[in-house]
Amino acid sequence: MIDPLFILEAVVNGILLGGVLALLALGLNLIFGVIDIIWIAYVDLVMLCMYAMYFMVTVYHWPIVLAGVGSLVLGAVLGLLVHILIISPILSSPPINQLLATGGLLFFIQSFATLLWSTDHRSVRVNLPVLEVGGIFISFPRLISFALALLAMIGLYLFLTRTFVGTAIRAVSQDRDATALMGANPLRLYLVTSAVGGAMAGIAGALLIIQYAVHPYFGSAFGPLTFMICVLGGLGSMFGAFVAAFIMSQVISVGGVLISTEMGYVVAFVIFIVLMFVRPGGIFAKRT
Amino acid sequence: MSWGRLLGGLVIAFLAVEPFLPLGRMREYLVHVIVQIFIWSFIGGAWSLMGRFGLVSLGHGAFLGVGAYATCLLWNFFGMTPWIGGLVAVLLTVALAVVIGYPCSRFQVVGHYFGLVTLAVSEVIRLLIIAERDWTGGSLGVSLKPAPSDSSIWALQFADKRVFYYIAMALWLAGLWVWVRVDRSMASRAMEAIGEDETAAASVGIHVTRFKLGITMLSAALTAMGGVMLVQYLAYANPDTMSGIGVSLRIVFAVVLGGMYSLLGSSVGTALTIALSEFLRIYFGIKLIGIAETIYGLVLILCIIFLPSGIYGSIREALRRRSSGTAPA
Amino acid sequence: MLQVEGITAGYGAFTALWDVSLRVETGEAVAVVGPNGAGKTTLMRVISGLLPSRTGRLVFEGADLSGQKAYDVVAHGIAHVPEGRRIFPALTVGENLKMGAFLPSARSHYRESLERVFTLFPILAERQGQRAGSLSGGEQQMLAVGRALMSKPKVILLDEPSMGLAPVMVLRLFDLIRRVREEGYTILVVEQNVRQVLKIVDRAYLLEVGRVKMEGRASELAEQDFVRKAYVGA
Repeated sequence: MIDPLFILEAVVNGILLGGVLALLALGLNLIFGVIDIIWIAYVDLVMLCMYAMYFMVTVYHWPIVLAGVGSLVLGAVLGLLVHILIISPILSSPPINQLLATGGLLFFIQSFATLLWSTDHRSVRVNLPVLEVGGIFISFPRLISFALALLAMIGLYLFLTRTFVGTAIRAVSQDRDATALMGANPLRLYLVTSAVGGAMAGIAGALLIIQYAVHPYFGSAFGPLTFMICVLGGLGSMFGAFVAAFIMSQVISVGGVLISTEMGYVVAFVIFIVLMFVRPGGIFAKRT
Repeated sequence: MSWGRLLGGLVIAFLAVEPFLPLGRMREYLVHVIVQIFIWSFIGGAWSLMGRFGLVSLGHGAFLGVGAYATCLLWNFFGMTPWIGGLVAVLLTVALAVVIGYPCSRFQVVGHYFGLVTLAVSEVIRLLIIAERDWTGGSLGVSLKPAPSDSSIWALQFADKRVFYYIAMALWLAGLWVWVRVDRSMASRAMEAIGEDETAAASVGIHVTRFKLGITMLSAALTAMGGVMLVQYLAYANPDTMSGIGVSLRIVFAVVLGGMYSLLGSSVGTALTIALSEFLRIYFGIKLIGIAETIYGLVLILCIIFLPSGIYGSIREALRRRSSGTAPA
Repeated sequence: MLQVEGITAGYGAFTALWDVSLRVETGEAVAVVGPNGAGKTTLMRVISGLLPSRTGRLVFEGADLSGQKAYDVVAHGIAHVPEGRRIFPALTVGENLKMGAFLPSARSHYRESLERVFTLFPILAERQGQRAGSLSGGEQQMLAVGRALMSKPKVILLDEPSMGLAPVMVLRLFDLIRRVREEGYTILVVEQNVRQVLKIVDRAYLLEVGRVKMEGRASELAEQDFVRKAYVGA
């Protein structure tokens, strides 16, 4: 039978993985909760930031922390661009057009990346030790990613609850007209939301590049997973996405150890479908 | 209007005899491209049966993949004729459609939410295919085992592609017929009502779940048939071209660009997108890998933003405006 | 202070207001009454900027506000308490009030305004941390008014504040409006409850099918006649 220590290691790794997945899911959910549009190309933005990190660190030799900040800024800028160029024109279009616009963006970004950087896998080598705690091995980069992801999420929480703009963003997702009556411009709030969502993609990119290699189709691996986490947690529910991320990451991690890596994903997806039967609105459904 | 009829007549005439026209090497190439247009238009039409009523599926790749792989593997491993294998594939696909469709129909899973759920399903299928690489060939795909004889109806394999040409045309025409039948049926009225306001529809006795599920099953079955046709023609199946988000999006794009609500919308859209990608492929060759797709993606985005009712729909609107002169009061 | 001149406005092909004019002087309390569908809410939405007008002008303290968006109009000092309250249900009472002070000019006086609102409506202080959606109708109305006060407005538009409230709450509500009035705010209130509202305002306009049919001092207007007209629309 499988060494229980392996399983424990898988559980721990699952938690660590869940941190970054939660960050991704929160970013996507934030934008959907406020603007009511799903950025199908969201994880591809993450991919672009990962490439940026790669170039900043390996080619231009920036210190990694500075590169991380750069990635955050790039993410925010990308978020703004997506909103201004693609989302704004189609805000009042039927949902199908909105889905296709961001879907088209996915094609565009993935092929553009292939054009620029070919399909070679690239990674950022970080010279950090592997920790051993009680017989299980934990990758240090993964641990740091987890910690930073948590910090980012706490930062997001504080932003949304303590600041005026953050509260306004939550308000505009509940009642657009009433928010305008408070003196807050809903369209400008959408911009801020897009920038914040993009910034989170930027942070996620920085955290992911030190764990995974990047290639143009990276979004195909993590994208659907992120969508499913959002749906599972209930679209629009930040807390739901957070919880769902860890559930899924556990299934993937432990399933990966017990059966095979791909089957781990398959099992996670199947569980998702089963849960759709049980709670079609997602675990903590808010928006219908 | 008569110009339209003339054009339509010419196109039909051309399509009918193209495989026999003396065009040299072009002829074979055209046959190849047109067969794909026929099949993908058929698949797009199947998708539009759901799409036009508000059930926007981003996961038709799942139905396509199950249809294609089931048929192919049943032939490769059990020698089952694709006529039966295809039937099995269709049944499996319909079963999948019920599994996903039932909770979605019953619990009002619509819009973006429905799109994401279907997207996830298509990814499940894609990953399953890749994971079970021992018998599916994984990411490398699987080739259809050649039939004992060159051309065989039983194996649905033909050395002469022209046979496929006419089969595909028949399939395409059959798809149009189904579209018209659905459009004219009571189901169409019911689905429109459901699309507008589910609760209201239910309150007047329309059995919402049954209709949504029915349309989903029909759409899935037809898509699976398209998958069977594809794998028989190409003699090859690959998880990335026949399942997953990529192919699902392409199908939707073609139909929306062509115009979801008209009979020929799917065909026009598919013809245009395939023509575009072929043109880009030939023009750029192997020079800059990825540029063809990049332009393709860019064109799609621009079309969605600036031509919201699709190319076909926009042309129709423009023609209508011109023929009616001044704008109506 | 506030001057509405010749406003024509509507929704799509439908015109709800025809050449409507009214004025509100500083420190006054003015009511707009009329039967259902008269266009009262449309009028409020035009004044606060939620709905554009097709013709006419909106002048506030000498400045022409015509065509400005809602979030700019508020900055000039017009606070709109919308029909149905429209508080933010998933935010807490405290957060709703915080949103009221979103304007930069209001933010600097946030603490002070909050104190004032809590003094006026002690129950809001009690329920600070509670989800606004779980409040009763009357409490939500208080919250909506309090929220409007947070923006340090010069004039407050109240749209059908008594709608959906139990009779006991309605009395309390009008008492509340009177107290707000006493704090020095200028008020424009739209109401179906004619009898009650005439007790607390200086002047009133009767709006019927999108036009101003009558105007006068609340004390002068023969209640019987006016009330009958407003309810029956004779």
